Amino acid sequence: MNIFAENLFGEVPKVSSGNLVVEGELDTRHGPILYLEDVSVSFDGFKALNHMSLYIDAGELRCMIGPNGAGKTTLMDVITGKTRPDTGTVFFGQTIDLLQIDEPAIAQAGICRKFQKPSVFDALTVFENLELALKADKRTWQTLFYRLNGEQRDRIDQIIETIGLTACNHQRAGILSHGQKQWLEIGMLLMQEPKVMLVDEPIAGMTHQEIERTAELLLSLQGQRSIVVVEHDMEFVRSIASKVTVLHEGSVLTEGTMDEVQNDPRVIQVYLGG
Amino acid sequence: MKLIGLGTDKIGTTVLILLASVSFIIPLCNLVSPADSPLHFSAYTVSVLGKYLTFALLGLSLDLVWGYCGILALGQGAFFALGGYAMGMYLMRQIGTRGVYGDPLLPDFMVFLNWKELPWYWLGFDNFWFALLMVVLVPGVLAFVFGWLAFRSRVTGVYLSIITQALTYALLLAFFRNEMGFGGNNGLTDFKELLGFNIQSEALRALLLMISGVTLIAVFILCRWLVNTKLGRVVTAIRDQESRVRFLGYRVEMFKLWIFVFSAMIAGIAGALYVPQVGIINPSEFSPLNSLEIVIWVAIGGRGTLYGAIIGAVLVNYSKTVLTGLMPEIWLFTLGAVFVLVTVFLPDGLVGLMRRRLQESHS
Repeated sequence: MNIFAENLFGEVPKVSSGNLVVEGELDTRHGPILYLEDVSVSFDGFKALNHMSLYIDAGELRCMIGPNGAGKTTLMDVITGKTRPDTGTVFFGQTIDLLQIDEPAIAQAGICRKFQKPSVFDALTVFENLELALKADKRTWQTLFYRLNGEQRDRIDQIIETIGLTACNHQRAGILSHGQKQWLEIGMLLMQEPKVMLVDEPIAGMTHQEIERTAELLLSLQGQRSIVVVEHDMEFVRSIASKVTVLHEGSVLTEGTMDEVQNDPRVIQVYLGG
Repeated sequence: MKLIGLGTDKIGTTVLILLASVSFIIPLCNLVSPADSPLHFSAYTVSVLGKYLTFALLGLSLDLVWGYCGILALGQGAFFALGGYAMGMYLMRQIGTRGVYGDPLLPDFMVFLNWKELPWYWLGFDNFWFALLMVVLVPGVLAFVFGWLAFRSRVTGVYLSIITQALTYALLLAFFRNEMGFGGNNGLTDFKELLGFNIQSEALRALLLMISGVTLIAVFILCRWLVNTKLGRVVTAIRDQESRVRFLGYRVEMFKLWIFVFSAMIAGIAGALYVPQVGIINPSEFSPLNSLEIVIWVAIGGRGTLYGAIIGAVLVNYSKTVLTGLMPEIWLFTLGAVFVLVTVFLPDGLVGLMRRRLQESHS
């Protein structure tokens, strides 16, 4: 495996691409930015993902819904390298095989994730949290001698303003409210300048206004980045989604606009029980 | 001062000033003032203080991996002992013909074992600079190999702690063996001189105290700088949420590995300063208990602060000297009790308590 070939200072290996074009460079000329084909994952006999195939287009904002245990979080785990599937292929663009590289390499290639439970670094300040996330050379030696330049400082300040945490700039992240932590994590995602953002339950613990602002933010990013949102709140999903994928028992049940899927008899059966 | 974040940190500044005074004033008083003057410190005081400072350095090295990176390394004593052995080997080679058997090349224990020539790994240790290099290199390489295997396999938490204990225990058993060529259970001792100075002389003792103090201050400032860099923040983040750091694109295992190696090298230096001051190094330094004691120093002082480790190491060892003099049998019980009490009532250690007092007096 490629991950054994990295150098001592934490350099992320160039991704080999089999017999396809440029090594390790994202190629989305042929449509989708994320390809999952026939992916299966099982935990002790339980099929978390069952021959799932899914395509996400460049610049698309996609919502995933589905009852508990439908495989939404497992799907994100597979894309980000946390879980390796038993079978199937997962490609980022045409050239990057995500099953050949590990979590840091996937993150550096441009796939970033917000976790279901807000995962910020409590001991660090808001500013420092964003600084760690900032797209940069993340090898050990380079990190040791890293200095922010003015432009990067401005960028962090700008993101802090976007996520509405200017007042808490130098406070420890540990004392933020649940909603603020969610926003901070979204900010950390933005700092990484990802090509694909995987956003797991972004609005849990947020007030109405915060939810509205989150929807605005996600909509404003549409087109520049591909965004996959997993959310239970149907009203929120309706407010942002042009295309919704319904997952059930580890596979895609149906895809379409919110109206289409809500009127789909199979979806109704899954949600209301049959 | 601003660079290492000491400007607003009263405890850190105080510790630095105290260290500087101990490492300069006491040796000077010892050397300059006559023996009957009230300013005179006995040779005993000087060498005991020097020993405490090397323990403080050892505590500091553990705080870096444990307090900042969250790796509860229970084998820090192994790196200390290896650094000590490297220095001990140099001191042995300095004995020359003054040994009991008078062999110009072979240390006494090798003559006693009827060895005819010096094992290859003893070569070069007659050179002081080579020995110094080995003081950091041997612990560093061992930590590198060990850390490389452990961190890449993502061994964490209690499992890692257990294998570090196993590491130091394995070394303990190995160094006990006479065939290893490190003097077996007697270790290395009977040193005569260091860089031409008589090892028993007061001047050298005073000088060693001074060097220990200066090294401790320098390493303290270096560590202080390190934890205030971006790398320091990544390491703190790894301590709190290791997997999240991976998803930000950092190679967590490499950060852990380099911190671990750096800390092992500091422990090696501490060991090298310790050996000439106590005059002996033997396998008991590898004892798993020793490594556990280091953890207790840091916990009592307050981890994740650097100076907490220094305060803890000096206080605990001072108490040890006093208590083992008065009632040797109760020392381990006292240490255990203090550790339990501190863990339950002072999770941030003595430093946490001091900080709270300081804040209260401000508000």
